[in-house]
Amino acid sequence: MAEEKITIALRGIKKLYRIGDQEVAALGGIDLDIKNGEFTALMGPSGSGKSTLMNILGCLDRPSEGSYRLDGREVANLSDDELARTRNQQIGFVFQNFNLLSRISAVDNVALPLVYAGVKAAERKRRAMEVLEMVGLADRANHQPNELSGGQRQRVAIARALVNNPEIIMADEPTGNLDTKSTAEILDVFTRLHEMGRTVILVTHEPEVAMRANRQLLVRDGLITRDEGRGVVLDVV
Amino acid sequence: MAFSALMANKMRSLLTMLGIIIGVGAVIAMVSIGMGVRNNIQQSIASLGSNMLIVMPGAENRTGVRGGAGSKTTLEDEDADAIKAKIGGIDNVSAMVSGSYQVVFGNSNWKTSVQGVSPDYMDIRSLEVESGIFITEHDMVKRNRVAVIGSTVSENLFGGSNPVGQNIRIDNQPFKIIGVLKKKGQSSMGQDQDDVIIVPMTTAQERMLGVNYVHSINVQVSSPDIMDEVQEDIETLLRQRHHIAKGQEDDFNVRNLTSLMETMDSTTAMITMLLGAVAGISLLVGGIGIMNIMMVSVTERTREIGIRKALGATFRNIMMQFLIESVVIGIIGGVIGIFMGCTLSIAVAEFFNFNTVITLLPIAVSFSFAVGTGLFFGIYPARKAAKLDPIEALRYE
Repeated sequence: MAEEKITIALRGIKKLYRIGDQEVAALGGIDLDIKNGEFTALMGPSGSGKSTLMNILGCLDRPSEGSYRLDGREVANLSDDELARTRNQQIGFVFQNFNLLSRISAVDNVALPLVYAGVKAAERKRRAMEVLEMVGLADRANHQPNELSGGQRQRVAIARALVNNPEIIMADEPTGNLDTKSTAEILDVFTRLHEMGRTVILVTHEPEVAMRANRQLLVRDGLITRDEGRGVVLDVV
Repeated sequence: MAFSALMANKMRSLLTMLGIIIGVGAVIAMVSIGMGVRNNIQQSIASLGSNMLIVMPGAENRTGVRGGAGSKTTLEDEDADAIKAKIGGIDNVSAMVSGSYQVVFGNSNWKTSVQGVSPDYMDIRSLEVESGIFITEHDMVKRNRVAVIGSTVSENLFGGSNPVGQNIRIDNQPFKIIGVLKKKGQSSMGQDQDDVIIVPMTTAQERMLGVNYVHSINVQVSSPDIMDEVQEDIETLLRQRHHIAKGQEDDFNVRNLTSLMETMDSTTAMITMLLGAVAGISLLVGGIGIMNIMMVSVTERTREIGIRKALGATFRNIMMQFLIESVVIGIIGGVIGIFMGCTLSIAVAEFFNFNTVITLLPIAVSFSFAVGTGLFFGIYPARKAAKLDPIEALRYE
């Protein structure tokens, strides 16, 4: 097991939405510590607030209340530009629908975060090819996303999340749009990343996906209701 | 990156650019045509003679019936001599008499204007002799029957052959041709300036017209800045010489060609500006076109913006991406516009046989204006894009 450094520390995280003159809490006060190198699965039925939690963890969104310390830094105090830099350098995000830019090639998609990290073009290409090789897609580097299968697209998206060498990989239902075979391939990639020492957080509602993680969290009505180790089958519904 | 985004929507980018292309092209073409008109007018006025004052006799006023300007016979050759001798700031003075005569050579004949002038006249009107020589002081003193003919006269009497040394008959008197003038073309008033015969003034006065007055005195002033002073000096001198008492009307008047030139000049400058302004408006419309398309583009690419932001693009990154795109439209449109504008003005010059003047200034101004509109009208959509919330942008379908 990796060292006991705490990467993510949430205290009383709330996310409130205003619908008409009613306030609805998507997250109702979440306390959570995630250690460095942990492989965590976030489970829950749709509407439970797990995606909202994921967006806050990924610094895409800000909590309405509470404290989120990422590597000891309070995220609430960061400016928009600092948040952008955090997303760029510390976190690699994988989406359910891949979110690749359709007009540019796989390798250019992978290199995109490096553009915003200020890396020179030749170096960008080299590093993008390196991670594409890691996910086994070096031979598809110059294909556009619409020429790739779903599993291949998701691997490109994972390569993109990895290219800037972030400590944390977050994936929001990465296998939601994939068939069984592609799902297995993608999960193997995440397992490998975990073995390489990365902190991996995975949102899913499929128990067999969650089984890959060493820690399973169940989110229900904006709260974490269960926190289990490996081997326990959490029934989402 | 900007290029690939523009290439992805070729037709749309092209149509957007078209606004800028037409705007820039129109500014350049209009201004160069306007400047061409201005140049033409300047040239034709300059060909009348630069810095020229013309002294004409006043109108006859006998028993209340006034004749036209120049109907008096009060102006004399001596007045010209006095002006030359007593007034400073003058380069050349030539008195002039003229008449219309039938001219005969062999079996061809031609009616033309015969002008009696002094040798100074050549410089005043900036005439050039193509072959032979101009009339000399010696011809003036001797009242020689010599003539310098314009090219129109030469063509009509001699066809292609060289007229110098030939004898023609003007008013039934033999004149020897000593020179042919270089072609000057039409004046701004549409007169053929080459349909003329020049003879010594004294010859014309005594041997042809039988008069001792002159029809006009042409004065060339050395600098355009002192035109008004010289004009006043001439008026004072002539009033003295003609014994005109205070309060009495002048029996002559002095015309100033520079003021005519200035009026024409400012008129054409205004027309040029007006044309340029109208063309400038089309450039503005082109700019609004850019803004319109950029707004559509931002909405359409909301998802892309969300992805970029999720991957770490800052406000500035997104802002720059869209700004560069709209500036690139401005630059490409501007370059094509310059090309089209120059082509158009050259084509106008070619097909309508019309001088156009392409200068750097309208090109530079309209190009920077094109890039400027790209920038200015790109700011709002680019800001809109950069301010998008990543979560909401990613959710956008």
